[in-house]
Amino acid sequence: MALLEVKNIKKDFGKVQVLKGVSFSLEKGQVLAIIGSSGSGKTTLLRCLNFLETPDEGEIIVDGKQLFAAGTKYTDDQIRENRLHFGLVFQNFNLFPQYNVLKNVTLAPTLLQKGTPEELDALGKRLLEQMGLSNKINAYPCELSGGQQQRVAIARAWAMHPEVLCFDEPTSALDPELTGEVLRVIKGLKGEDRTMIVVTHEMDFAKSVADVVIYMADGVIEEIGTPEEIFEHPKSEKTRAFLHGFQEAF
Amino acid sequence: MFTRMCAMFIPVTMELLDGFWETLKVFLLTLVCALPLGLIVSFGSMSKFTPLKALVKCFVWVIRGTPLMLQLIIIFYGPGLLFDLPAMPRFTATIIAFSINYACYFSEIYRGGIESISKGQYEAGQVLGLTKGQIFFRIVLPQVVKRIMAPMSNEVITLVKDTSLARIISVYEIIWAGESFIKKGLLWPLFYTGAFYLLFNGVLTLLFGRIEKKLNYYRG
Ligand SMILES: Nc1ncnc2c1ncn2[C@@H]1O[C@H](COP(=O)(O)OP(=O)(O)O)[C@@H](O)[C@H]1O
Ligand SMILES: [Mg+2]
Repeated sequence: MALLEVKNIKKDFGKVQVLKGVSFSLEKGQVLAIIGSSGSGKTTLLRCLNFLETPDEGEIIVDGKQLFAAGTKYTDDQIRENRLHFGLVFQNFNLFPQYNVLKNVTLAPTLLQKGTPEELDALGKRLLEQMGLSNKINAYPCELSGGQQQRVAIARAWAMHPEVLCFDEPTSALDPELTGEVLRVIKGLKGEDRTMIVVTHEMDFAKSVADVVIYMADGVIEEIGTPEEIFEHPKSEKTRAFLHGFQEAF
Repeated sequence: MFTRMCAMFIPVTMELLDGFWETLKVFLLTLVCALPLGLIVSFGSMSKFTPLKALVKCFVWVIRGTPLMLQLIIIFYGPGLLFDLPAMPRFTATIIAFSINYACYFSEIYRGGIESISKGQYEAGQVLGLTKGQIFFRIVLPQVVKRIMAPMSNEVITLVKDTSLARIISVYEIIWAGESFIKKGLLWPLFYTGAFYLLFNGVLTLLFGRIEKKLNYYRG
Protein backbone atom coordinates (compact mmCIF):
# COMPACT_ATOMS: atom_id res chain seq x y z
CA MET A 1 0.00 0.00 0.00
CA ALA A 2 1.18 3.49 -0.83
CA LEU A 3 2.37 5.67 2.03
CA LEU A 4 0.98 8.83 0.49
CA GLU A 5 -2.02 9.08 -1.77
CA VAL A 6 -3.01 12.41 -3.22
CA LYS A 7 -6.30 12.35 -5.08
CA ASN A 8 -7.62 14.99 -7.43
CA ILE A 9 -6.42 18.06 -5.54
CA LYS A 10 -7.88 21.30 -6.85
CA LYS A 11 -7.19 24.77 -5.57
CA ASP A 12 -8.45 28.17 -6.69
CA PHE A 13 -7.22 31.59 -5.71
CA GLY A 14 -10.22 33.73 -6.56
CA LYS A 15 -10.87 33.21 -10.23
CA VAL A 16 -7.55 31.55 -10.97
CA GLN A 17 -7.45 27.78 -10.74
CA VAL A 18 -3.91 27.02 -9.65
CA LEU A 19 -4.25 23.26 -9.16
CA LYS A 20 -6.60 21.59 -11.58
CA GLY A 21 -6.79 18.07 -10.24
CA VAL A 22 -3.48 16.62 -9.06
CA SER A 23 -3.24 12.92 -8.18
CA PHE A 24 -0.24 10.76 -7.42
CA SER A 25 0.93 8.24 -4.86
CA LEU A 26 4.24 7.55 -3.23
CA GLU A 27 5.69 4.44 -1.58
CA LYS A 28 7.47 4.59 1.72
CA GLY A 29 11.11 5.60 1.29
CA GLN A 30 10.61 6.98 -2.18
CA VAL A 31 11.88 10.36 -3.27
CA LEU A 32 9.66 12.35 -5.59
CA ALA A 33 11.11 15.26 -7.55
CA ILE A 34 8.69 17.84 -8.91
CA ILE A 35 9.90 19.99 -11.76
CA GLY A 36 8.07 22.60 -13.77
CA SER A 37 8.19 26.23 -14.72
CA SER A 38 7.46 29.00 -12.29
CA GLY A 39 3.76 29.53 -11.64
CA SER A 40 2.78 25.96 -12.46
CA GLY A 41 1.49 25.33 -8.92
CA LYS A 42 4.37 23.42 -7.31
CA THR A 43 4.52 25.54 -4.18
CA THR A 44 0.74 25.52 -3.85
CA LEU A 45 0.76 21.71 -4.00
CA LEU A 46 3.32 21.46 -1.17
CA ARG A 47 1.38 24.05 0.83
CA CYS A 48 -1.78 21.97 0.42
CA LEU A 49 0.04 18.87 1.67
CA ASN A 50 1.18 20.83 4.73
CA PHE A 51 -2.28 22.28 5.27
CA LEU A 52 -1.10 25.85 4.82
CA GLU A 53 -3.71 26.01 2.06
CA THR A 54 -7.01 24.18 2.03
CA PRO A 55 -7.72 22.40 -1.26
CA ASP A 56 -11.14 23.05 -2.78
CA GLU A 57 -11.43 19.45 -3.89
CA GLY A 58 -9.59 16.22 -3.35
CA GLU A 59 -8.25 13.89 -0.71
CA ILE A 60 -5.00 13.37 1.11
CA ILE A 61 -4.33 9.91 2.56
CA VAL A 62 -1.26 8.91 4.57
CA ASP A 63 -0.64 5.30 5.52
CA GLY A 64 -4.23 4.41 4.70
CA LYS A 65 -5.60 7.14 6.94
CA GLN A 66 -7.63 9.88 5.34
CA LEU A 67 -6.20 13.14 6.65
CA PHE A 68 -8.12 15.43 4.40
CA ALA A 69 -11.23 15.25 2.28
CA ALA A 70 -12.60 18.41 0.72
CA GLY A 71 -15.88 19.53 2.19
CA THR A 72 -15.14 18.21 5.68
CA LYS A 73 -14.74 20.82 8.40
CA TYR A 74 -11.59 20.36 10.42
CA THR A 75 -10.86 21.93 13.79
CA ASP A 76 -7.60 23.76 14.42
CA ASP A 77 -6.44 20.80 16.48
CA GLN A 78 -7.18 18.29 13.74
CA ILE A 79 -5.29 20.39 11.21
CA ARG A 80 -2.39 20.62 13.62
CA GLU A 81 -2.37 16.84 14.11
CA ASN A 82 -2.49 16.35 10.34
CA ARG A 83 0.47 18.64 9.86
CA LEU A 84 2.61 16.35 11.99
CA HIS A 85 2.58 13.79 9.16
CA PHE A 86 4.33 16.27 6.89
CA GLY A 87 7.33 18.54 7.11
CA LEU A 88 8.19 21.49 4.93
CA VAL A 89 11.53 23.09 4.18
CA PHE A 90 11.00 26.56 2.78
CA GLN A 91 12.80 28.25 -0.06
CA ASN A 92 13.89 31.08 2.27
CA PHE A 93 14.56 28.94 5.39
CA ASN A 94 12.35 30.87 7.86
CA LEU A 95 14.57 30.03 10.82
CA PHE A 96 13.68 31.60 14.16
CA PRO A 97 16.22 34.45 14.46
CA GLN A 98 16.03 34.79 18.24
CA TYR A 99 17.06 31.19 18.91
CA ASN A 100 20.41 29.56 18.34
CA VAL A 101 20.82 26.70 15.91
CA LEU A 102 20.25 23.92 18.43
CA LYS A 103 17.16 25.61 19.87
CA ASN A 104 15.75 26.10 16.37
CA VAL A 105 15.91 22.33 15.97
CA THR A 106 14.66 21.35 19.42
CA LEU A 107 12.00 24.02 19.96
CA ALA A 108 9.07 22.21 18.35
CA PRO A 109 9.75 18.74 19.79
CA THR A 110 10.27 20.36 23.19
CA LEU A 111 7.03 22.35 23.09
CA LEU A 112 5.13 19.30 21.84
CA GLN A 113 6.77 17.11 24.51
CA LYS A 114 8.33 14.58 22.19
CA GLY A 115 10.94 13.59 24.74
CA THR A 116 12.92 14.67 27.78
CA PRO A 117 15.12 17.75 27.40
CA GLU A 118 18.21 15.50 27.43
CA GLU A 119 16.84 13.22 24.70
CA LEU A 120 15.85 16.14 22.52
CA ASP A 121 19.17 17.84 23.07
CA ALA A 122 20.93 14.68 21.93
CA LEU A 123 18.58 14.34 18.97
CA GLY A 124 19.24 17.93 17.91
CA LYS A 125 22.99 17.50 18.17
CA ARG A 126 22.89 14.25 16.23
CA LEU A 127 20.83 15.76 13.39
CA LEU A 128 23.05 18.82 13.24
CA GLU A 129 26.12 16.60 13.10
CA GLN A 130 24.54 14.77 10.20
CA MET A 131 24.06 18.16 8.53
CA GLY A 132 27.74 18.94 9.09
CA LEU A 133 26.96 21.70 11.57
CA SER A 134 28.40 20.35 14.81
CA ASN A 135 30.53 23.46 15.24
CA LYS A 136 27.58 25.80 14.78
CA ILE A 137 25.06 24.60 17.35
CA ASN A 138 25.41 27.74 19.47
CA ALA A 139 25.46 30.17 16.54
CA TYR A 140 22.46 32.34 15.65
CA PRO A 141 20.87 32.13 12.19
CA CYS A 142 22.12 35.63 11.28
CA GLU A 143 25.69 34.39 11.72
CA LEU A 144 25.30 31.60 9.16
CA SER A 145 25.58 31.41 5.39
CA GLY A 146 22.46 30.62 3.38
CA GLY A 147 23.58 27.05 2.87
CA GLN A 148 24.15 26.58 6.58
CA GLN A 149 20.78 28.12 7.39
CA GLN A 150 19.04 25.78 5.00
CA ARG A 151 20.77 22.80 6.57
CA VAL A 152 19.54 23.94 9.99
CA ALA A 153 16.04 24.20 8.52
CA ILE A 154 16.30 20.63 7.26
CA ALA A 155 17.39 19.39 10.68
CA ARG A 156 14.55 21.36 12.27
CA ALA A 157 12.01 19.71 9.98
CA TRP A 158 13.48 16.24 10.54
CA ALA A 159 13.46 16.58 14.30
CA MET A 160 9.67 16.18 14.21
CA HIS A 161 10.02 12.88 12.29
CA PRO A 162 7.43 13.63 9.63
CA GLU A 163 6.38 10.73 7.42
CA VAL A 164 6.75 12.86 4.32
CA LEU A 165 9.25 15.70 4.16
CA CYS A 166 8.67 18.32 1.49
CA PHE A 167 11.29 20.71 0.13
CA ASP A 168 10.21 23.78 -1.81
CA GLU A 169 13.13 24.76 -4.05
CA PRO A 170 15.56 24.35 -1.14
CA THR A 171 18.49 25.82 -3.07
CA SER A 172 16.80 28.56 -5.08
CA ALA A 173 17.63 31.29 -2.56
CA LEU A 174 21.28 30.24 -2.34
CA ASP A 175 24.39 31.43 -4.11
CA PRO A 176 25.37 28.81 -6.71
CA GLU A 177 28.46 27.74 -4.78
CA LEU A 178 26.30 26.88 -1.74
CA THR A 179 23.72 24.69 -3.46
CA GLY A 180 26.01 21.64 -3.46
CA GLU A 181 26.25 21.31 0.33
CA VAL A 182 22.45 21.44 0.70
CA LEU A 183 21.77 18.98 -2.10
CA ARG A 184 24.36 16.64 -0.58
CA VAL A 185 22.60 16.50 2.79
CA ILE A 186 19.24 15.91 1.14
CA LYS A 187 20.82 13.10 -0.84
CA GLY A 188 22.24 11.75 2.40
CA LEU A 189 18.77 11.54 3.92
CA LYS A 190 17.58 9.20 1.21
CA GLY A 191 17.52 5.53 1.93
CA GLU A 192 16.73 5.73 5.61
CA ASP A 193 13.14 4.91 4.83
CA ARG A 194 12.51 8.60 4.49
CA THR A 195 9.85 9.65 2.06
CA MET A 196 10.55 12.97 0.45
CA ILE A 197 9.07 15.36 -2.08
CA VAL A 198 11.51 17.84 -3.57
CA VAL A 199 10.48 20.71 -5.80
CA THR A 200 13.63 21.63 -7.65
CA HIS A 201 15.19 23.19 -10.70
CA GLU A 202 18.37 21.14 -10.20
CA MET A 203 17.88 18.56 -12.93
CA ASP A 204 21.07 16.62 -12.21
CA PHE A 205 20.03 16.32 -8.60
CA ALA A 206 16.54 15.16 -9.59
CA LYS A 207 18.02 12.59 -11.93
CA SER A 208 20.36 11.13 -9.36
CA VAL A 209 18.14 11.19 -6.25
CA ALA A 210 14.54 10.79 -7.35
CA ASP A 211 12.67 7.51 -7.74
CA VAL A 212 9.76 9.31 -9.33
CA VAL A 213 9.69 12.57 -11.26
CA ILE A 214 6.65 14.73 -11.88
CA TYR A 215 6.64 17.46 -14.47
CA MET A 216 3.95 20.01 -13.60
CA ALA A 217 2.52 22.52 -16.04
CA ASP A 218 -0.42 24.87 -15.53
CA GLY A 219 -1.72 23.17 -12.42
CA VAL A 220 -1.72 19.61 -13.72
CA ILE A 221 0.72 16.74 -13.77
CA GLU A 222 1.79 16.83 -17.37
CA GLU A 223 3.96 13.76 -17.02
CA ILE A 224 5.00 11.36 -14.29
CA GLY A 225 7.60 8.62 -14.47
CA THR A 226 11.03 7.42 -13.47
CA PRO A 227 13.90 9.88 -13.95
CA GLU A 228 14.92 7.80 -16.94
CA GLU A 229 11.47 8.10 -18.50
CA ILE A 230 11.11 11.84 -17.89
CA PHE A 231 14.61 12.98 -18.69
CA GLU A 232 15.61 10.53 -21.43
CA HIS A 233 12.33 9.63 -23.09
CA PRO A 234 9.72 12.28 -22.30
CA LYS A 235 6.42 11.45 -23.92
CA SER A 236 4.79 14.85 -23.68
CA GLU A 237 5.67 17.63 -26.07
CA LYS A 238 5.45 20.14 -23.21
CA THR A 239 7.92 18.16 -21.08
CA ARG A 240 10.31 18.00 -23.97
CA ALA A 241 10.06 21.74 -24.57
CA PHE A 242 10.59 22.47 -20.86
CA LEU A 243 13.65 20.25 -20.56
CA HIS A 244 15.02 21.61 -23.81
CA GLY A 245 14.58 25.17 -22.55
CA PHE A 246 16.45 24.16 -19.42
CA GLN A 247 19.41 22.75 -21.31
CA GLU A 248 19.63 25.95 -23.28
CA ALA A 249 19.57 28.08 -20.18
CA PHE A 250 22.31 26.19 -18.37
CA MET B 1 17.59 84.00 50.98
CA PHE B 2 20.26 81.42 50.27
CA THR B 3 20.55 80.36 53.88
CA ARG B 4 16.79 80.05 54.09
CA MET B 5 16.83 77.82 51.07
CA CYS B 6 19.47 75.66 52.68
CA ALA B 7 17.46 75.35 55.84
CA MET B 8 14.39 74.29 53.87
CA PHE B 9 16.21 71.97 51.51
CA ILE B 10 15.87 68.81 53.55
CA PRO B 11 12.20 69.19 54.54
CA VAL B 12 11.29 70.15 50.96
CA THR B 13 13.16 67.14 49.58
CA MET B 14 11.35 64.87 52.03
CA GLU B 15 7.99 66.29 51.01
CA LEU B 16 8.80 65.97 47.30
CA LEU B 17 9.97 62.40 47.82
CA ASP B 18 6.57 61.69 49.33
CA GLY B 19 4.95 63.16 46.24
CA PHE B 20 7.29 61.30 43.96
CA TRP B 21 6.37 58.03 45.61
CA GLU B 22 2.76 58.69 44.56
CA THR B 23 3.97 59.55 41.05
CA LEU B 24 5.86 56.27 40.94
CA LYS B 25 2.80 54.33 42.07
CA VAL B 26 0.70 55.77 39.23
CA PHE B 27 3.52 55.06 36.80
CA LEU B 28 4.13 51.45 37.84
CA LEU B 29 0.49 50.44 38.22
CA THR B 30 -0.32 51.96 34.83
CA LEU B 31 2.48 50.00 33.21
CA VAL B 32 1.45 46.75 34.85
CA CYS B 33 -2.12 47.17 33.58
CA ALA B 34 -1.54 48.84 30.23
CA LEU B 35 1.20 46.55 28.88
CA PRO B 36 -0.98 43.42 28.76
CA LEU B 37 -4.18 45.38 28.07
CA GLY B 38 -2.51 46.99 25.07
CA LEU B 39 -1.74 43.55 23.66
CA ILE B 40 -5.39 42.56 23.97
CA VAL B 41 -6.48 45.83 22.31
CA SER B 42 -3.99 45.19 19.49
CA PHE B 43 -5.54 41.74 18.91
CA GLY B 44 -8.92 43.45 18.64
CA SER B 45 -7.61 45.97 16.13
CA MET B 46 -6.19 43.15 14.00
CA SER B 47 -9.24 40.90 14.34
CA LYS B 48 -10.60 39.25 11.21
CA PHE B 49 -14.08 39.80 12.66
CA THR B 50 -14.84 43.17 11.07
CA PRO B 51 -17.37 44.57 13.59
CA LEU B 52 -14.96 43.96 16.49
CA LYS B 53 -12.07 45.43 14.54
CA ALA B 54 -14.11 48.54 13.67
CA LEU B 55 -15.25 48.96 17.25
CA VAL B 56 -11.74 48.67 18.66
CA LYS B 57 -10.27 51.00 16.03
CA CYS B 58 -12.98 53.54 16.83
CA PHE B 59 -12.25 53.26 20.54
CA VAL B 60 -8.53 53.74 19.98
CA TRP B 61 -9.30 56.76 17.82
CA VAL B 62 -11.42 58.35 20.57
CA ILE B 63 -8.86 57.68 23.29
CA ARG B 64 -5.91 58.88 21.28
CA GLY B 65 -7.88 61.78 19.85
CA THR B 66 -8.93 63.37 23.16
CA PRO B 67 -6.85 64.75 26.02
CA LEU B 68 -5.95 62.38 28.83
CA MET B 69 -6.94 65.16 31.22
CA LEU B 70 -10.49 65.05 29.91
CA GLN B 71 -10.55 61.25 30.16
CA LEU B 72 -9.50 61.50 33.81
CA ILE B 73 -12.37 63.88 34.54
CA ILE B 74 -14.90 61.74 32.69
CA ILE B 75 -13.84 58.52 34.41
CA PHE B 76 -13.86 60.11 37.84
CA TYR B 77 -17.03 62.22 37.60
CA GLY B 78 -18.85 60.45 34.76
CA PRO B 79 -20.29 57.42 36.57
CA GLY B 80 -21.73 59.63 39.33
CA LEU B 81 -23.19 62.25 37.01
CA LEU B 82 -24.59 59.82 34.47
CA PHE B 83 -25.70 56.85 36.54
CA ASP B 84 -25.77 58.15 40.08
CA LEU B 85 -23.08 55.67 41.04
CA PRO B 86 -21.00 56.35 44.16
CA ALA B 87 -17.68 58.00 43.36
CA MET B 88 -14.74 55.64 43.15
CA PRO B 89 -11.48 56.49 44.91
CA ARG B 90 -9.52 59.15 43.02
CA PHE B 91 -6.47 56.98 42.80
CA THR B 92 -8.44 54.09 41.27
CA ALA B 93 -9.98 56.42 38.69
CA THR B 94 -6.50 57.65 37.83
CA ILE B 95 -5.15 54.15 37.26
CA ILE B 96 -8.18 53.22 35.13
CA ALA B 97 -7.91 56.33 32.96
CA PHE B 98 -4.15 56.04 32.55
CA SER B 99 -4.30 52.31 31.81
CA ILE B 100 -6.95 52.70 29.12
CA ASN B 101 -5.16 55.63 27.56
CA TYR B 102 -1.75 54.00 27.51
CA ALA B 103 -3.12 50.62 26.45
CA CYS B 104 -4.41 52.32 23.30
CA TYR B 105 -1.03 53.86 22.53
CA PHE B 106 0.77 50.60 23.31
CA SER B 107 -1.71 48.67 21.16
CA GLU B 108 -0.68 50.60 18.08
CA ILE B 109 2.97 49.93 18.81
CA TYR B 110 2.27 46.23 19.31
CA ARG B 111 0.23 46.13 16.12
CA GLY B 112 3.04 47.68 14.12
CA GLY B 113 5.48 45.18 15.60
CA ILE B 114 3.27 42.16 15.10
CA GLU B 115 2.45 43.10 11.51
CA SER B 116 6.15 43.50 10.75
CA ILE B 117 6.84 39.81 11.44
CA SER B 118 6.87 37.86 8.20
CA LYS B 119 4.21 35.30 7.36
CA GLY B 120 7.02 32.79 6.99
CA GLN B 121 7.67 32.82 10.75
CA TYR B 122 4.07 31.78 11.45
CA GLU B 123 4.15 29.17 8.71
CA ALA B 124 7.42 27.71 9.96
CA GLY B 125 5.72 27.23 13.33
CA GLN B 126 2.58 25.83 11.75
CA VAL B 127 4.31 23.16 9.68
CA LEU B 128 6.15 22.03 12.81
CA GLY B 129 2.75 21.39 14.40
CA LEU B 130 2.87 24.17 16.99
CA THR B 131 -0.32 25.64 18.40
CA LYS B 132 -1.39 29.21 17.74
CA GLY B 133 -0.43 30.16 21.29
CA GLN B 134 3.01 28.59 21.01
CA ILE B 135 3.62 30.31 17.71
CA PHE B 136 2.60 33.67 19.12
CA PHE B 137 4.36 33.52 22.47
CA ARG B 138 7.48 31.56 21.52
CA ILE B 139 8.15 32.69 17.97
CA VAL B 140 6.42 35.98 17.22
CA LEU B 141 6.28 37.92 20.49
CA PRO B 142 10.01 37.71 21.33
CA GLN B 143 10.79 39.20 17.93
CA VAL B 144 8.11 41.86 18.39
CA VAL B 145 9.59 42.88 21.74
CA LYS B 146 12.94 43.56 20.13
CA ARG B 147 11.40 45.59 17.32
CA ILE B 148 9.21 47.80 19.52
CA MET B 149 11.79 48.67 22.19
CA ALA B 150 12.52 52.17 20.83
CA PRO B 151 8.90 53.41 20.47
CA MET B 152 8.04 51.77 23.78
CA SER B 153 10.77 53.60 25.65
CA ASN B 154 9.39 56.85 24.25
CA GLU B 155 5.90 56.11 25.54
CA VAL B 156 7.15 54.98 28.92
CA ILE B 157 9.13 58.18 29.42
CA THR B 158 6.10 60.22 28.38
CA LEU B 159 4.06 58.33 30.95
CA VAL B 160 6.41 59.39 33.75
CA LYS B 161 5.65 63.01 32.97
CA ASP B 162 1.95 62.49 32.22
CA THR B 163 1.36 61.28 35.77
CA SER B 164 1.22 64.96 36.80
CA LEU B 165 -2.15 65.19 35.03
CA ALA B 166 -3.70 63.25 37.93
CA ARG B 167 -3.78 66.54 39.85
CA ILE B 168 -6.87 67.51 37.86
CA ILE B 169 -8.90 65.10 39.98
CA SER B 170 -6.94 66.00 43.10
CA VAL B 171 -4.56 63.08 43.25
CA TYR B 172 -1.50 64.00 45.22
CA GLU B 173 1.78 63.62 43.36
CA ILE B 174 5.09 65.41 43.08
CA ILE B 175 3.97 68.55 41.21
CA TRP B 176 1.25 68.98 43.79
CA ALA B 177 3.80 68.56 46.53
CA GLY B 178 5.99 71.21 44.92
CA GLU B 179 3.14 73.62 44.34
CA SER B 180 2.01 73.40 47.95
CA PHE B 181 5.12 75.38 48.95
CA ILE B 182 3.97 78.41 46.94
CA LYS B 183 1.45 79.20 49.65
CA LYS B 184 4.37 79.40 52.05
CA GLY B 185 6.13 81.81 49.69
CA LEU B 186 8.55 79.29 48.17
CA LEU B 187 8.63 78.95 44.41
CA TRP B 188 11.82 76.94 43.98
CA PRO B 189 10.43 73.59 45.24
CA LEU B 190 8.16 73.51 42.18
CA PHE B 191 11.16 73.91 39.89
CA TYR B 192 13.06 71.41 41.97
CA THR B 193 10.48 68.71 41.07
CA GLY B 194 11.98 68.74 37.57
CA ALA B 195 15.14 67.19 38.98
CA PHE B 196 13.17 64.18 40.19
CA TYR B 197 11.62 63.59 36.76
CA LEU B 198 14.95 64.11 35.08
CA LEU B 199 16.75 61.72 37.35
CA PHE B 200 14.12 59.01 37.05
CA ASN B 201 13.90 59.31 33.28
CA GLY B 202 17.68 59.14 33.14
CA VAL B 203 17.53 55.81 34.96
CA LEU B 204 14.80 54.58 32.57
CA THR B 205 16.83 55.66 29.55
CA LEU B 206 19.83 53.71 30.81
CA LEU B 207 17.61 50.72 31.52
CA PHE B 208 16.09 50.74 28.03
CA GLY B 209 19.53 51.15 26.54
CA ARG B 210 20.67 48.05 28.37
CA ILE B 211 17.65 46.03 27.31
CA GLU B 212 18.14 47.06 23.68
CA LYS B 213 21.78 46.10 23.88
CA LYS B 214 20.88 42.78 25.42
CA LEU B 215 18.40 42.06 22.64
CA ASN B 216 21.05 42.86 20.07
CA TYR B 217 22.50 39.37 20.32
CA TYR B 218 20.68 38.57 17.08
CA ARG B 219 19.58 40.37 13.96
CA GLY B 220 16.20 39.99 12.33
N1 LIG C 1 -2.06 33.17 -2.01
C1 LIG C 1 -2.22 33.33 -3.34
N2 LIG C 1 -3.17 34.17 -3.80
C2 LIG C 1 -3.36 34.32 -5.14
N3 LIG C 1 -2.65 33.70 -6.08
C3 LIG C 1 -1.68 32.85 -5.67
C4 LIG C 1 -1.43 32.62 -4.29
N4 LIG C 1 -0.43 31.71 -4.17
C5 LIG C 1 -0.08 31.40 -5.44
N5 LIG C 1 -0.83 32.08 -6.33
C6 LIG C 1 -0.74 31.96 -7.80
O1 LIG C 1 -0.80 30.59 -8.12
C7 LIG C 1 0.05 30.30 -9.21
C8 LIG C 1 0.95 29.14 -8.84
O2 LIG C 1 1.83 29.56 -7.83
P1 LIG C 1 2.90 28.61 -7.16
O3 LIG C 1 2.20 27.44 -6.56
O4 LIG C 1 3.70 29.44 -6.25
O5 LIG C 1 3.76 28.13 -8.41
P2 LIG C 1 5.24 27.59 -8.47
O6 LIG C 1 5.68 27.23 -7.08
O7 LIG C 1 5.16 26.41 -9.36
O8 LIG C 1 6.05 28.67 -9.07
C9 LIG C 1 0.79 31.56 -9.54
O9 LIG C 1 0.19 32.13 -10.68
C10 LIG C 1 0.59 32.43 -8.34
O10 LIG C 1 0.53 33.77 -8.70
MG1 LIG D 1 7.30 27.97 -5.98
